[in-house]
Amino acid sequence: MSIALANTAQITTRYVRAFLRQPYYIVGTLVQPVIWLLLFGQLFQRATGLPGFTSSSYISFLTPGIIVMSAMLSAGWSGTSYVIDMERGVMNRFLVSPVRRSALIGGQLVYQAGMVLLQSLIILGLGLLVGARFSGGIIGILFLFVSTILLGAAFASFSNALALMLRKQESLIALNVTLVLPLTFLSSTFLPVSLMPGWMQGVARFNPVNWAVEVGGQTLRSSIDWSLVGVHLAELLVLMLVCAWLSIRAFRAYQRSV
Amino acid sequence: MDTHSSLSQLSPKPATAAISRPAVEANGLVKTYPGGVQALKGVNISVRQGSVFALLGPNGAGKSTIVKILTTLSRPTAGRATIMGWDVVQEPGRVRRMIGVVAQKSSVDLEATAAENLALQGQLYGLSGAGLRRRVDGLLERFDLLDARTRIARTLSGGMQRKLDVAMGLIHQPQVLFLDEPTTGLDPEARADMWREIARLSGEDGLTVVLTTHYLEEADHLAKHVAIIDHGQIVVEGTPDGLKAELRGDAIQVELADASPESDIRAALNGLDGMLREVTIDGRILRARVDSGASGLPAVLASLDAASVRALTATVARPSLDDVYLRYTGRAYSKAENKEAIR
Repeated sequence: MSIALANTAQITTRYVRAFLRQPYYIVGTLVQPVIWLLLFGQLFQRATGLPGFTSSSYISFLTPGIIVMSAMLSAGWSGTSYVIDMERGVMNRFLVSPVRRSALIGGQLVYQAGMVLLQSLIILGLGLLVGARFSGGIIGILFLFVSTILLGAAFASFSNALALMLRKQESLIALNVTLVLPLTFLSSTFLPVSLMPGWMQGVARFNPVNWAVEVGGQTLRSSIDWSLVGVHLAELLVLMLVCAWLSIRAFRAYQRSV
Repeated sequence: MDTHSSLSQLSPKPATAAISRPAVEANGLVKTYPGGVQALKGVNISVRQGSVFALLGPNGAGKSTIVKILTTLSRPTAGRATIMGWDVVQEPGRVRRMIGVVAQKSSVDLEATAAENLALQGQLYGLSGAGLRRRVDGLLERFDLLDARTRIARTLSGGMQRKLDVAMGLIHQPQVLFLDEPTTGLDPEARADMWREIARLSGEDGLTVVLTTHYLEEADHLAKHVAIIDHGQIVVEGTPDGLKAELRGDAIQVELADASPESDIRAALNGLDGMLREVTIDGRILRARVDSGASGLPAVLASLDAASVRALTATVARPSLDDVYLRYTGRAYSKAENKEAIR
């Protein structure tokens, strides 16, 4: 067990070091969410006047959703590091060493989670800068981060599984293009689900992005809806475990195919 | 040094068995890939401890498949293989600690420095602290990579990346080092450099080296033992000299001063009929095979001189592995290479 933990830390360190060498990489993953935040924050300012809108400040309402969206955007590229390692032979070098296989998957996932957290903090700060206010306090923000990281880890695992099975960067582009935006629009990111047409509300109920955004919405409430948070966090946890299992299966399939 | 205490640190296996046991042994290895492609059709290998063993064959012959199985990366469809007595399928963990692997393609992490590459590799094998630092420093120095210590691997030359690959394969002081086509893609200077390193490795610490190559001269130059593999089967094996000796005969080549009609030259050599074989005349180049170059060449030169055919240069060549390859596979090595490349 301690070897597995040490190996995990070593693998995570490898990614962190590569990131610290090119920290502007994170700017690339932030450009899109920041544009959405600033642009839509202005564009939909008056949406708060709609009957049934749950918040009086649109930028406050938008910020948690954008944090979740940016987690999806960056986690979707997670499999890229596997594609590169497979192409470069680094993966096989690891596989002929006694490194714990769980550490190869876990170490990368810990790094992805860390990146999601870092991005979330930056966007939160930016939101505060442009006037977002969170009456839910630290607890609300904590739940926002937990749900965002769970969703990010799930999506990263899915991206990893895809990378291991298809071994092509193109497949990850397809994943990001086809999933992130529709799932974001079908969540409470831009408008409360209660204002959506009926069929959209039905879809949103099973939309993992919406689970995370609704938990994130607690940052705006002075009293936390514990049952909503509990249900959604449990759903996100299950989703993450399923995706992690999928990535482990894909990893084994890759090992067999070598 | 206290022999007794050092022995007690060895594996629980009896020390006497360690002397005679082959470093690598494979029996009846078969590998069939999905779709029915049979990459290996029953390969047997035995590599003595401390020797350099070369698997020689054209691309696609099955060399890399053998290495993948022996290094626990891939499972054989049938057959059994052991490294230092440990079964590669049953005891992959033990085997992985025994072996260093340098893959066909460089597997350096391009975004990390040479020192970081080495350090992570060491950590994955359980090294840490001052011991790891010493090992990293020692290998950087030994492979002439001190300048690369803090340089991102992406900025290193192909030859330097290759040396870093080998250094990484040695970080945990393995007993068996696998080198899968270590010089493919290197320029001649880097190749000569790598050859020196490999030759030096085999002389040290009783390290066993298993290398695959599709360069005949590489196997000839480095290996004490060569196995020629073709279409997933070992067609012949032995020492390079032994294999060539079986061909019986040296090649002689004479460059003539003037292009004479072929019939004249053949007429000049008439008296040597029983001695020369496979006489070919290609412009001003005369080639033939004789039992012994030392006595055959003077006789040829004397006959040419007697017929007033002037010779410019003359050489005697021992049979090459190319000739060996031709004899056992029925095709010239260069042709096999081209054919595989076209595939």
